[in-house]
Amino acid sequence: MERIPILKMGEFLLVTIQVDMHDRLAMQLQDDLTERIAATGARGVLIDISALEMVDSFIGRMIANIAGMARVLDAQTVVTGMQPAVAITLVELGLTLAGVRTALNVERGMTLLRSLIHEDDGVIAHDAVVESEDADVGAEE
Amino acid sequence: MSVQRNELLPVRTPNDIVAVRQHVRALAIELGFSLVDQTKMVTAASELARNTLTHGGGGTARIEVTAANARRGLRMTFEDRGKGIADVDMAMRDGYSTAGGLGLGLSGTRRLMNEFELQSKPGEGTRVSVIRWR
Repeated sequence: MERIPILKMGEFLLVTIQVDMHDRLAMQLQDDLTERIAATGARGVLIDISALEMVDSFIGRMIANIAGMARVLDAQTVVTGMQPAVAITLVELGLTLAGVRTALNVERGMTLLRSLIHEDDGVIAHDAVVESEDADVGAEE
Repeated sequence: MSVQRNELLPVRTPNDIVAVRQHVRALAIELGFSLVDQTKMVTAASELARNTLTHGGGGTARIEVTAANARRGLRMTFEDRGKGIADVDMAMRDGYSTAGGLGLGLSGTRRLMNEFELQSKPGEGTRVSVIRWR
């Protein structure tokens, strides 16, 4: 069966969509990515769509689904390389991809992914500090 | 309005949606549409073809090159003999969906094209015809 390859690089999963996807292929990618995130414990997913000449509501929904599922599995998603004509069409169609982080190219996408993950880890570290401070205050009283 | 070219494509499987998209893209390039216009037409074709397949149970896509007042345009007509649309006004609204989708297919497509015509009768089928002028 036809599949879009998913590459693992450190704590990231990389996907580049190079073909005009039919609906089943899009669904398959959604399933495969979710499984790979869970299996590898990946913290970030980068999807490059610079070769995609069209994003309709079906593919848009798939991208939003992937980002949502990844988030639930403790991973961040960044979509990179959307062509300007695709962006114009998408917004006119009424699709804003709310909740999906985007970057102009793969390089910026990787930088964004790293900072998103550090932000996540930072929040956890910060919470831990606050908790221990609370504990100190309690002890003084 | 005169028709210069006319092609009838099947819309029976998800692969047919891809074939319709590719046909529209090739014709739009041939007619000299800008990249943004091409993308709008291909996206509209994809939305309407998927409607024909998922709501209409399959049907046809007629892709025509039309001319009127010295302008050429691309017309796409999607037809099915499915269950039809009970409430057309409702179906044209953003965010209204009966298939668990985003509900942008019809309302969004209308924004991507210059002309939009929808005829539907419950139990008889649906016909959507759209044009984009060059």
